[in-house]
Amino acid sequence: MAQRAVAIAAGAVAATLALLTLGTAAVVLLHGNAGGLRLGPADIAAIRFTLLQAALSAVISTAVAIPLARAVTRQRFAGRQALITLLGAPFLLPVIVAILGLVAVFGRAGWLNQALVLLGAPAFDLYGLHGVVLAHVFLNMPLATRMILHGWQAIPAERLRLAAALDLPPSAIFRHLEWPMLRAVLPGALTAVFTICLTSFAVALTLGGGPGATTVELAIYQALRFDYDLGHAAGLAGVQFALCAGAALLAWLLVPAGGFGAGLDRATWPLLQRGWRRVGDFTVIALAIVFLVLPLAMVIARGLPGLAALPPTVWPAAMRSVLIALPSALLATLAALSLALAVAGAGRRYGRWLDVAALLPLATSGLVLGTGLFLALQPVVPPTKLALPVTLLVNAALALPFVYRLLLPEAMALQRDYGRLTRSLNLTGPAQLVLIILPRLARPLGFGAGLAAALSLGDLGVIALFATEGQATLPLVISRLMGAYRMDAAAGAALMLVLIGLTLFMLLDWMGRRAAPG
Amino acid sequence: MLHLDDLTLALGDFRLRADWSLPAAGQRVAVIGPSGAGKSTLLQAIAGFVAPEQGRILWQGGDLASTAPGQRPVSILFQDQNLFPHLSIARNLALGLNPRLRLSRDAWDQVTAVLDRVGLQGMGERRPADLSGGQQGRAALARALLRARPLLLLDEPFAALGPALKAEMMALLTEVATSTGATTLMVTHDPDDARRHADLTILVADGTAHAPATTAALFANPPPALKAYLGEG
Repeated sequence: MAQRAVAIAAGAVAATLALLTLGTAAVVLLHGNAGGLRLGPADIAAIRFTLLQAALSAVISTAVAIPLARAVTRQRFAGRQALITLLGAPFLLPVIVAILGLVAVFGRAGWLNQALVLLGAPAFDLYGLHGVVLAHVFLNMPLATRMILHGWQAIPAERLRLAAALDLPPSAIFRHLEWPMLRAVLPGALTAVFTICLTSFAVALTLGGGPGATTVELAIYQALRFDYDLGHAAGLAGVQFALCAGAALLAWLLVPAGGFGAGLDRATWPLLQRGWRRVGDFTVIALAIVFLVLPLAMVIARGLPGLAALPPTVWPAAMRSVLIALPSALLATLAALSLALAVAGAGRRYGRWLDVAALLPLATSGLVLGTGLFLALQPVVPPTKLALPVTLLVNAALALPFVYRLLLPEAMALQRDYGRLTRSLNLTGPAQLVLIILPRLARPLGFGAGLAAALSLGDLGVIALFATEGQATLPLVISRLMGAYRMDAAAGAALMLVLIGLTLFMLLDWMGRRAAPG
Repeated sequence: MLHLDDLTLALGDFRLRADWSLPAAGQRVAVIGPSGAGKSTLLQAIAGFVAPEQGRILWQGGDLASTAPGQRPVSILFQDQNLFPHLSIARNLALGLNPRLRLSRDAWDQVTAVLDRVGLQGMGERRPADLSGGQQGRAALARALLRARPLLLLDEPFAALGPALKAEMMALLTEVATSTGATTLMVTHDPDDARRHADLTILVADGTAHAPATTAALFANPPPALKAYLGEG
């Protein structure tokens, strides 16, 4: 494509993203100040709880991820690749589904507590700080594991051979190879999990709440939805934006680009440990599998009977969810593509600005965007009228950084390997798009679109802010069913959500792989 | 006529100067010099991938500065990546006739004929990865044949081939150049390539691309920079 057309499209995308993220931030800050930004003790408690649970979740997720990544690195076993794939799944799993599974295992009537009661031990309370952190570890430990696994596999084979040739004991290998790698990788993993947990809404909505366990994101929702105190909501959203932007800045400085989706099966780690180390590794792997699989198995087991008797609200909600997810994925993918192509072809300075713009949505949260849009729209049109378009737009913006990071290395490689050939043959415009760009990038485009669709489908955030009774998406319906203690119906709807999400993801990914050259 | 008018090319701290003209009428021109001297940069500038820091590149009297690479009177063969791996060989060649791949029946026949001519008969539907290195070189030359531009630039596209294959390629190159009447500029670091195949030689050394000189005369009486390069200093 003419580089100029790409640069203009990317500029428009970047400007839209800036307007959406910084514009909404400005709106909430203005409103918050106009309302005389008073943070009461409950707000201070919410800020403290948000930071505490995010820090605990980050530390525990990473602490569990290190031995797991190490075990997966140095052991070979049947299903190892499947386990690595499984570790990628929670990123796509709708949060509300994960919560439902965790409730089934760790909840008041769950397996764990039944076992504890039999043993005469005190019951485990899933609600409050415990539950929020447990859910966040469940959702993010796999991500941390993949990041650390990546670090382990990036240790060059030559170094490992050298270590073996010198017959270094495990302690020396740890000191000279593994510890330096961990020191490089851990800050990124910690900030990534911390940032995600900072903006977590669905977990706090279902497992938190009350004076002791309210996150800022949840407090925004309550201020807007229950108290209809716009100034208060705006002030909280301003606080949340400051927290997110600070964490995103930290992550931007610490987290290397890429990080997931890359192939993870280069067999460069020949150190198969024997004896107690081997037993220890497999114990860790087995515990991780049980921890990850059991809640999901519970959703399936409970949901299958529920599928037959789904409440009638589920079907239109499912339809709405799909009708939001598909256009949202298309929008995110096209926007990410134009940014990636422009960054790959642009000069360093313009490219850097576009790169920052692409990552801007990571510096905000769904409810900050939602509150800003709510405040901006409210004088013009009743916000509930625009619940679905706003959700579509916000979901696209929030998925864009991930799709962009998938596409960027591929767009760079395309430019490096074939940019000059393309220009020397005068391949421009639609011909370049159809003949070169789409086929060469088909795989990451399909995968990225699938990712964006799954993320949008499972999202429970901004829709909760805007939706009226007749506008609920499937995750919102599930959370309402849970709130009404209709757990079997909720499990049925959750299973349906998972099936739709998997179908959309696999369909789009398959389309990309089919369109890609063999 | 290709005219480099008081040209300075800049890449980082590196500068390459050239100020000469080449009456393009089907000559074979070798571009030789030590590695890192700027041989590739010179070709990339003529092809339009490196903008002059100063001076002009003129073709038939007109400045090429605002002409996009694909619009220049130039075909270029790179060291590698001359074919799109996801397109068949026939489609890779057809891009030389129409970048939108909208070809008439006659044009497709032309593609087939050229494939036959370079010894790739029946391979049009294959992907580049299914061809040997030598066959890929042939396909790239076949596309240059179809494009029939008056300047053919070769940035060491045969460097990775063994001696026999390379000789084969040079023969094919001669055939392509003769049939299109193109002037060829070929980067090489092998003085024998220049001696055997080139009427004229451009020596690139010490920050200067020297004016094209008759190869025989140049090697008979090498200037100091060439002597140093040949190891006769």
